[in-house]
Amino acid sequence: MSISRRKFLGWIGAAGAGSAIGSTALAGGNKHFTGYPGSYAVLHDTVLCVGCRLCEASCNKVNELPAPDKPFTDLEVLNKKRRTTAKTYTVVNKYESAGKKGPLFRKIQCNHCLEPACASACFVRAFSKTAVGAVTYDSTVCVGCRYCMVACPFEIPAYEYDEPLTPRVMKCTMCYPRITKGQLPGCVEACPKEALTYGKREDLLKIARARIRKYPDRYVDHVYGESEMGGTSWLYLSGVPFSEIGMREDLGITPAPDLTSGALAVVPMVVGLWPVLLTGIYAISKRKEKIAEQELNEAVKHAANEVKEKAEAKLAEALAKAHTEKDAAVEKAVKKALEEAAKSQAKEDS
Amino acid sequence: MSDKATTADKTLFTPFNVVAGFIIIIGTVITILRFTGGLAAVTNLSDNNPWGLWIGFDLLVGVALAAGGFVTSAAVYLFGMKKYHSAVRPAVLTGFLGYALVVFALHYDVGRPWRLPYPFIMQSGTTSLLFEVGACVALYLTVLFLEFMPAPLEWLGLKRIRELAVKLTLVLTIFGVVLSTLHQSSLGALFLIVPSKLHPLWYSPYLPVYFFISSIIAGLSMVIFESTLSHHYFVDKMDGTHLSENEGVTLGFAKAASFVLAGYFIIKIIGISFADNWYLLGTSYGIWFLVEILGFVALPSFLYAVGVRDKNLKLIKWTSLLAVLGIILNRLNVSLIAFNWHLPSSERYFPHWMEIAISVFIVTIGIVVFRFIVTRMPIFYEHPEYKDNH
Repeated sequence: MSISRRKFLGWIGAAGAGSAIGSTALAGGNKHFTGYPGSYAVLHDTVLCVGCRLCEASCNKVNELPAPDKPFTDLEVLNKKRRTTAKTYTVVNKYESAGKKGPLFRKIQCNHCLEPACASACFVRAFSKTAVGAVTYDSTVCVGCRYCMVACPFEIPAYEYDEPLTPRVMKCTMCYPRITKGQLPGCVEACPKEALTYGKREDLLKIARARIRKYPDRYVDHVYGESEMGGTSWLYLSGVPFSEIGMREDLGITPAPDLTSGALAVVPMVVGLWPVLLTGIYAISKRKEKIAEQELNEAVKHAANEVKEKAEAKLAEALAKAHTEKDAAVEKAVKKALEEAAKSQAKEDS
Repeated sequence: MSDKATTADKTLFTPFNVVAGFIIIIGTVITILRFTGGLAAVTNLSDNNPWGLWIGFDLLVGVALAAGGFVTSAAVYLFGMKKYHSAVRPAVLTGFLGYALVVFALHYDVGRPWRLPYPFIMQSGTTSLLFEVGACVALYLTVLFLEFMPAPLEWLGLKRIRELAVKLTLVLTIFGVVLSTLHQSSLGALFLIVPSKLHPLWYSPYLPVYFFISSIIAGLSMVIFESTLSHHYFVDKMDGTHLSENEGVTLGFAKAASFVLAGYFIIKIIGISFADNWYLLGTSYGIWFLVEILGFVALPSFLYAVGVRDKNLKLIKWTSLLAVLGIILNRLNVSLIAFNWHLPSSERYFPHWMEIAISVFIVTIGIVVFRFIVTRMPIFYEHPEYKDNH
């Protein structure tokens, strides 16, 4: 399940930081998280949306956001493509489609992913996927690194760039404080056309499918958010391909945490194996050095011995030569003396 | 920066001091603007472009270019290449300053800089690659600090603590390589979560491997590049050993860099094949990608090889600059140029001049501190009292 997986990845990260804790789960397991059972969601039927901006006004009011530059009754605003900002948790955009007469509208806000990229990316766990379905943000721990904004595939979180010291990340909370009290989210409550339906995600999926089945000509046969990025707690119906109302169809169905779990899983392996490998390399280079030194010593010894032997041999030879020379000299001298003695003897005799 | 940094300089108004002083004054003014007016006052960051030059250059490029410390100390202390010993201290110093400045630069970029320790003391988001980056950078900065300690301790004449610091060398080196492997790769892995925002030619499941391998190239090339500059400006600080070993260091590191670049080129090609992205090479982003891997990966690999074969030090030195530029280009491509490629040009990011000024300011601080240290501490020479002591 997502939370246990996330926890597991947390442990893996902790192991990377030096304190490994065991776990029986596997990052690349065969488990598939389909949301907390009984969690809530909102179904946005864009076919029914008329672009009245009442949801925007209500959102602004219940979240006590600053007043907009132009009033919510000004529908001229719709002519420009907008996105969520630090002062606006939700916006309605207008789209034209070749296949349809008249404009189309779509409301944009946090999709409250089942396995949120922002929560996975946050290094202080400022985001939580709550059991009711809302993804909430805690500004009391936020460092303001904005990795959540980088990570979000829907480009939802905004940042208070003009706050010098206390900037917050701002995004729709699915009216978490209201829904936990049993109230409807502000936007849903304000919608006059029932383009927004709040309820249990399982039920909303059934409703969405029923509408598609009942009016196959009116709807594209796809519930956006059922599986996009692993599934979201906002679901969408459309009468035209979703890309024509500014929704990306190339996001895939992989939940964001799965995109990084492999890299995180390598961390403890590196921590465990690198020291072994590096110590081995060190030992090899040390041993090479030692052997080289030994060989050098032996070579020196050998060379010294050779020189010594040669010198000794030379000395012995010289000595022997000296001996023979001496002997010869003695012999010569004796011979000479004998000859001389014989000579003098002969002289005396004669 | 044209003076020779000799102690004989009488006047404070050397060209180096004037330029550096001017940059530091501008940097200080922008610092005040940043912390009174918020990021909006000095940057072009937006909700669609939450990361700009301060992450793309100061963090990603800064960390990559500071890889010389771990590469050189690993070569000398683990792989037993003792003939490069004189290159260790300058490389460790550059690495230490590099990481210190990365952390310093982050204080400008994050919203509440005093909360930077929060991931470790308040609540840990261990599913985040950024947590891993933060933890490893914090630990590695400590490791580099300890690795660098022998130099100031010799300078200060604290023999016994120095002995202790020197004894830690092997453990610190192993620790440094482990931490560098982790955070260099994690910086690439930061972008694994955005397959929908990063152009497919740069997005790859191999991003962590690419970042790690290219950091080795960055480390090797920076050692060559930095020693070229140091030889120009601090040659009077270098002892006979340093000067006589330098040619060997340049040739050896160039040879290694040529090989690693070749390997990096091959794994980049494997990445394209793996994702079957060949058809994208004909697009404008594809041509830009080819400029990167042919002009800044394949070309320096070739030029390094030629330089080593011909013992052409001049060619090697220029090639090191080319390789360093290649790393800068790659990091900016991943974080800024190929990031958010799906957005219309009106929603794309281009840095504000004040963002560039802060980056220049931070690099200048690095150069000033580097200069302060090498003109005082035994970096390019062995302290006479500790000769043959390693």
